[in-house]
This record gives sequence, structure tokens and C-alpha cells, in this order.
Amino acid sequence: MLKIFKYSLLDMIRNRWIFSYMLFFLLITTGMVILNGHPTKVIISLTNIILALTPLVGLLFGVMYYYNSKEFIELLLTQPVSRRSVFSGIYFGLCTSLCLSLIVGIALPLVISGILTTATIKSFCILIAMGLALTIIFSLMAFLIALKFNNKIVGFGVALFAWFFFAILYDGVFLILLYIFKDYPLENMTLAMTLLNPVDLARIMVILNLDISAMMGYTGAVLQKLLGSQIGALLIVAALALWISVPYWRFLRLSKIKDF
Amino acid sequence: MIKVQNIHKQFKTNKVLRDISIDFGAPGITSVLGPNGSGKTTLLKCILGLIIPNKGDILFDGVSIKNKHLYRNQIGHLPQIARFPENLTPTQIIHMIKDLRGNNTSEDKYIEMFNLKGELHKKMNTLSGGNKQKVNLLLTLMYDTPIIILDEPSTGLDPVALLNLKKELIWQRNQGKQIIVTTHIMPLVEEIADRIVFLLDGKIYYDGSLESLISQRKSKNLEHAIASILQNKAPIEVELENNLKINYA
Repeated sequence: MLKIFKYSLLDMIRNRWIFSYMLFFLLITTGMVILNGHPTKVIISLTNIILALTPLVGLLFGVMYYYNSKEFIELLLTQPVSRRSVFSGIYFGLCTSLCLSLIVGIALPLVISGILTTATIKSFCILIAMGLALTIIFSLMAFLIALKFNNKIVGFGVALFAWFFFAILYDGVFLILLYIFKDYPLENMTLAMTLLNPVDLARIMVILNLDISAMMGYTGAVLQKLLGSQIGALLIVAALALWISVPYWRFLRLSKIKDF
Repeated sequence: MIKVQNIHKQFKTNKVLRDISIDFGAPGITSVLGPNGSGKTTLLKCILGLIIPNKGDILFDGVSIKNKHLYRNQIGHLPQIARFPENLTPTQIIHMIKDLRGNNTSEDKYIEMFNLKGELHKKMNTLSGGNKQKVNLLLTLMYDTPIIILDEPSTGLDPVALLNLKKELIWQRNQGKQIIVTTHIMPLVEEIADRIVFLLDGKIYYDGSLESLISQRKSKNLEHAIASILQNKAPIEVELENNLKINYA
């Protein structure tokens, strides 16, 4: 697996889209640091960008990368390597390069500018961790989609829809549900629905830590009220871990039974 | 070494293989023939574990190949359509495969045989179809494997390369290797094949030697024998099955 990972990673690092992705974060973060020196404000602005962008890039990039490496995968599968190594190797190559771009793009300007205080450094680490978690989850989702649909166009469509669903539609549907059932106690439903959307989870995690109740929203408030910040955070981490491990298991399973 | 036992494969509603059993036991060249869509490639891909049969099993040295991969060390496989990472050069691909599979190779012999020296540092997507196929052949043959599976090796090859390939296959057979090859070029089959497996609609219609196929069909050569099977598909089925019984008895 390590050899395939190495080839995949080298291939990705030479990819100019990955480079652009890193450059984008570098520019955005640098801009924010210059225009708005306050670390908490920078982190909040970055949160919004990361929450929207990492799932989108993870999904689109993942799907694109899988379809582009189809030949490479087929060549590898006829060699004496297991399917698990081939697919894990390629997935980790993609995922690692996306994560590296995110870390470098965000951390570099913040660390160099030295605006991070000891108090904000924790929030900043949580923000990066959430960005990484979303990258891992959504690039994995992309691979699942691409494995499922042989047709490129359909795969891209489904990936775009998945992004639209998790980043935008979900909150809307959620609000409508809250409005319809406003006469009932909604705490448990809210909690359950939050756990079902990794983007929501990441958002609440960052905000819980910053402790800005105005930005917490209904879901965050419920979570804090029911469980308190600390247990809430633990629950979020557990839910994110499930969001990674279950699809990963599914991904290996699917790659094992697929015909090439 | 390879034993295919009652495999079935269905893609959606399309039944591609129906109850195929073949024993690739003895060394020699086995030619898998059949019209387009008869299931040749699917059968070979099943043996390689690229396609997973719905029913049945494939044994390699007596052990099922399900979820195994190390047995592929013993097989050199030439895919029907050469698909390579487009932005790599043949040298890089050879290097990569060696990195994965070990350095015990004889690529220089085949670079010379297929006259590939000038193409080694060009990107794959700039190579012609024939040259891609030559690289494909090189990657298959450069390992010394007891089993060689070739899916339409002749596609796009020029006459010199085809002649060299033929010589190479005969040489490999004389080394005691087992070679499974599909092709649509009947004269090639007549020259090299020790055994013929004829597939039609996912079933085996004939499995035996070239000579007995031709004499059974009362034809003057293989091409006519195959044509006569295809033309009289339905009525002769019974007769053929009887013949098969005789063959096996």
C-alpha cells in the first residue's frame, strides 16, 4: 500500500489544482490577517470559508481524481497487489495532499504574522482539525460516489448534489422541520439531525470552543444546553469518527466486489 | 494450475458466462475463441480477479482465488485495451511496475524485440496504438511467469512485431509455460494453438484439439470450421455435445 500511496501522493503534489487550492487559502488567510488583525474574527471568517469549501473541493476533486486514475487503478489491479492496498493507497494519496494544502495554506500566514495568542491557538487548532475532518469525510464520499457510478457525468452530478445537500439544503430542511414541529419538544430530534450532517458538526465544534453564543444557532445551543461544552465536543468527535470509519469500511467493501 | 468451476457471470440482465468449467492443466497454448461478446474477456478477467463471478469458483493450484492477490505473481496478463496513466512515459511505467513487483525482469529483450527504444521517453498519450500495444506486451512478458494470459495480443501490431510475438509465444511454450490467448486471427491460432476452447453466448461449445475440431466440422481449415459452427448454431448443438462426450470419453 505504501508504494501506491507514494505514487499517488507524488502525482497529486505535482497537480496544479492542488497547488491552486493551497494558494487560495494562503491568499485568503493572509488577506484576512492584514485587513482584520483580530485573531478571533479571522478564525470566524475562516470557519465559514472552510465549512463551505473543504466539502466542495473534497467531493469534486475526489471524483475527478478517481475518474482520472481509472487507468492507473486498472493497471495496478492486474498486478499482485490486493484491492485494499490499491484503493487505500490512492485514497490516502489524494486525502493527504488535500490536507497538506489546507494546513500549509492556513497555518503559514497565521503563524508567520504571529497574531495567534495562547488563548486563540486552541480554537485555531480545532478549526484546522475540523477542516481536515471534512476533507477526509468528503473525499471519501467522493470515492464512494465514483466507485458506484461508472459514468463520469453522473458521478460529478451526484457529487455536486451531495455538496449542495450537506452544505445548503440540509439546514433549510432542518429549519422547516423545526418550524412545523415547533409545538413539540425538539431537543432530541435536533441532536440527531446535527449528528447526521458532518458540516454542522464541524461548525458547532468550532463555535462551541469560541464560545460565541450569538453564532451558535439553535443546534449549537441545544447541544450546549443538553450536554455542556465538553461532553458535546466529545460527542461531536465520536460522530465525526463514525462519519469516517463507516464510509471507509463501505469503500473497502465496495472496491472489493466491483468488476473492472 | 488454473481450474475454472461452473462460473456464472451476469451484468445487469446480460448473462455473459453461463456455467463455464475449464481445466487449464497441462502446459501449452490454449486459444479461447468466439465471436464478439461471447464472454472471452470476461472469462479471462474472472481468472485475474478483475471481475467477480456471481456463482462458481476458480482454483489456482487447488486454492480458491477469492480475495487473494499473490497468485497473480504467477501470471503475466495482457489486457485487451492498453490503458496506462497518460502522462507517464514507458520507462516510468516499467519502473513503477518493477517497484511493485520486483526487479527480476528482462525488459531489454522485449524493447529490442518490439523495437521500442525510440519510444521509451515519450509520454503514453503521444504513442500510437500499435506502440502502446507493444509496451503492453513488454510489461506482460518481462516477468518470467509460468502462466501468460493474452487478450487479443495481435491488435494493432505490424507484421514484423506479430511475427516476433508468434516466435516468442512458441519459445515460451517450449519453456513449459501455459499460455492462454484470445484472438480473431485464425491463421495465428492454426499456427500456435495446442488446444481450442470455443465460446458462444457464454457457453463452451467446443473444447479440444484443433485437428479434431476441423475433422468434426468436415472443414478444410479452422476458419471454415468456426464459420460452420456459427452458421448452424442451433441444430448442431446437440451433435456437438455428443461429440464432446466422445472427446472426453
